Amino acid sequence: MAVVAADLPSYRFSVRWAAPLALLLIAYIAVPLLGSNYLFEAILLPFLALSLAGLGLNILTGYAGQVSLGSAAFMAVGAFAAFNFNLRVDGLPLIASIVLAGFAAASIGLVFGLPSLRLKGFYLAVSTLAAQFFVQWALTKFSWFSNESASGVIDAPQLSIAGFVFEGPVGRYYFALTVVAVLTLLAYRLVNSQTGRNFIAVRDNETAARIIGVPVLKTKLLAFAISSFIIGVAGVLWAFAYLRTVEPAGFNLDRSFQILFIVIIGGLASIRGAFFGAALIVVFPLVLSRVGSFLLGDVFNSGVLDMSQRIVLGALIILFLTLEPDGLTALWDRVRKRFGAAIAWS
Amino acid sequence: MTWAAGYSAAAGNNRTVDRVAICGWDIARQSIRLGAAKNRGMHAMTLAFGAVGSAPFLPDIQEHLAGLDRSPRHDDTQQLTIGDTVLDLVGVTLSFGGVVALADIDLSVRRGEILAIIGPNGAGKSSIINVISGVYRPDRGHIRLSGRSYSQIPTQKLARLGIARTFQNLALFKGLSVLDNVVAGRAHKTRSSFVEQIVGLGRAGKEQADARSRALDALEFLHLSHVGDRLAGTLPYGLQKRVELARALVAEPEILLLDEPMAGMTATEKNEMADFVRAARDRFGTTVVLIEHDIGVVMGLSDRVVVLDYGRKIADGTPDEVQRDQRVIDAYLGVAPENEDGEGI
Repeated sequence: MAVVAADLPSYRFSVRWAAPLALLLIAYIAVPLLGSNYLFEAILLPFLALSLAGLGLNILTGYAGQVSLGSAAFMAVGAFAAFNFNLRVDGLPLIASIVLAGFAAASIGLVFGLPSLRLKGFYLAVSTLAAQFFVQWALTKFSWFSNESASGVIDAPQLSIAGFVFEGPVGRYYFALTVVAVLTLLAYRLVNSQTGRNFIAVRDNETAARIIGVPVLKTKLLAFAISSFIIGVAGVLWAFAYLRTVEPAGFNLDRSFQILFIVIIGGLASIRGAFFGAALIVVFPLVLSRVGSFLLGDVFNSGVLDMSQRIVLGALIILFLTLEPDGLTALWDRVRKRFGAAIAWS
Repeated sequence: MTWAAGYSAAAGNNRTVDRVAICGWDIARQSIRLGAAKNRGMHAMTLAFGAVGSAPFLPDIQEHLAGLDRSPRHDDTQQLTIGDTVLDLVGVTLSFGGVVALADIDLSVRRGEILAIIGPNGAGKSSIINVISGVYRPDRGHIRLSGRSYSQIPTQKLARLGIARTFQNLALFKGLSVLDNVVAGRAHKTRSSFVEQIVGLGRAGKEQADARSRALDALEFLHLSHVGDRLAGTLPYGLQKRVELARALVAEPEILLLDEPMAGMTATEKNEMADFVRAARDRFGTTVVLIEHDIGVVMGLSDRVVVLDYGRKIADGTPDEVQRDQRVIDAYLGVAPENEDGEGI
């Protein structure tokens, strides 16, 4: 008995970390060896940026239970803040610009998180829309943010850390992968800490949380700040690593909804969920266009593609909400359990 | 014991009502109205007293509780004496619009006692608990706690003031495991910032380990260790009630408020819960204030009983005294009707 108990932690450790470590090894070594430019540019880079944004929103919505429709605004704040820090502060390393951009997004998130102290659910969601519209308006209205560029478009600087330059799709992929891996690890640590439990306590029963001594107001604001920080950094990756040139209009309400869908489809209150959801959201339109043009040929033009994307995505969301509210994560766990049982049986 | 009292009351006529031990009033009230139809009255009384006290424990729980009795008690409670006042309600009045929930309530709670607050539905029992835990602000009066006087207890400081409570309707965090629910009960002791917690060094690590080991102890104490990994929301009702007790106990409160801890339980579960509450008091010296509908359990469990009716305190004393109090009997069982023949009923 004692032996079993002593063995348990190390066994758990190895199982829990085996899959993420294997994935990281594949992502760092195998994918760059095998992947094509198309894979990096069209799939992996947007996947990484959106995964990170989904992760940030999941901390706020999934764990702390505060609905937000302003994710794209916080991405925009991150992207434009990093651009300006990098542009206007001489000699500031890129990584410092990115961290400062995260803090800028966090402070904007904090301001738009203030209504959460009084509002809940639907009403809060509507009030976070204010962030969405305000940020987009401010970035368009004041051309200072885009360095007086006539079109409001900004160009990303070269990605370099400590003199090492990340060039080309593979270089930018490594850069994004590293940022995402580090922040995911930190987020994982966070949600398993007392603060993470406080988030869930506030989500599940605010009165009970207050009574056992959880500082409810502080916890909500902290959730907004941390979530906005991560989404802000995701915005930097979106602008600097994936698109390289962005304009404020790229961070519109559609993007906010896209991130919310990632969280819902992937699975609320789950770290893996953001990655599952982002994978589906990124890969699904590409698959749909390939399959569509293969089956229907010329009839399946870009207009039809766009429409069918929306229809299928809408149907998917309804299906998930009704059949699997815990998202792809729960689906995946069930499949794995089935397989595990089948293997154990044979 | 209560069974016999019920029998004698039902077998006699309405005038023997003062010999009736207090019982589940909804049915008991009916039984008085049925006084004329004596057979039916007796039947109702038997129902009211129920089988409390005789229901057998599950073997493993029985063993566990026996173990708790043998285990060494807290030093302070070696000879359990009911001491000075720890909590005072002075002239507390609370109304919702025109409805007076509490009218000029004076109540003092003494260290180490188990105090039961009973009363018919709508008597103001839960309002008292909500006033003590700061959920409601009384219109008049104040609450004295650890040498200070509050017109409203600050809810967010409640745990630090040494008060823990459970809820009438379960208030567990459904998305957390049972263990994490109990660990969350230590939230008020957390001093480390989220950055320290992410890094996991220094006091954050110590706090985490300490909270976890205390939570494991609490689970062990309440015989919940076997469900520690399950999501709280997936447990059966009786166990969820016990998890709530564990979450309250792990905070090491001086005063434990239990809002109908046995509501909706089977007779066996009620007895288990009563034994756990008593064991908790004996082990930790915690003062317990509880609200309960089931009089059989309350009489056996509590040191003192306060009876409320229509927001007023109508009795305050030992279970024996309260059971003999005429006003209590009237409140619970209804005033004996004038017409002994039961005409018009």
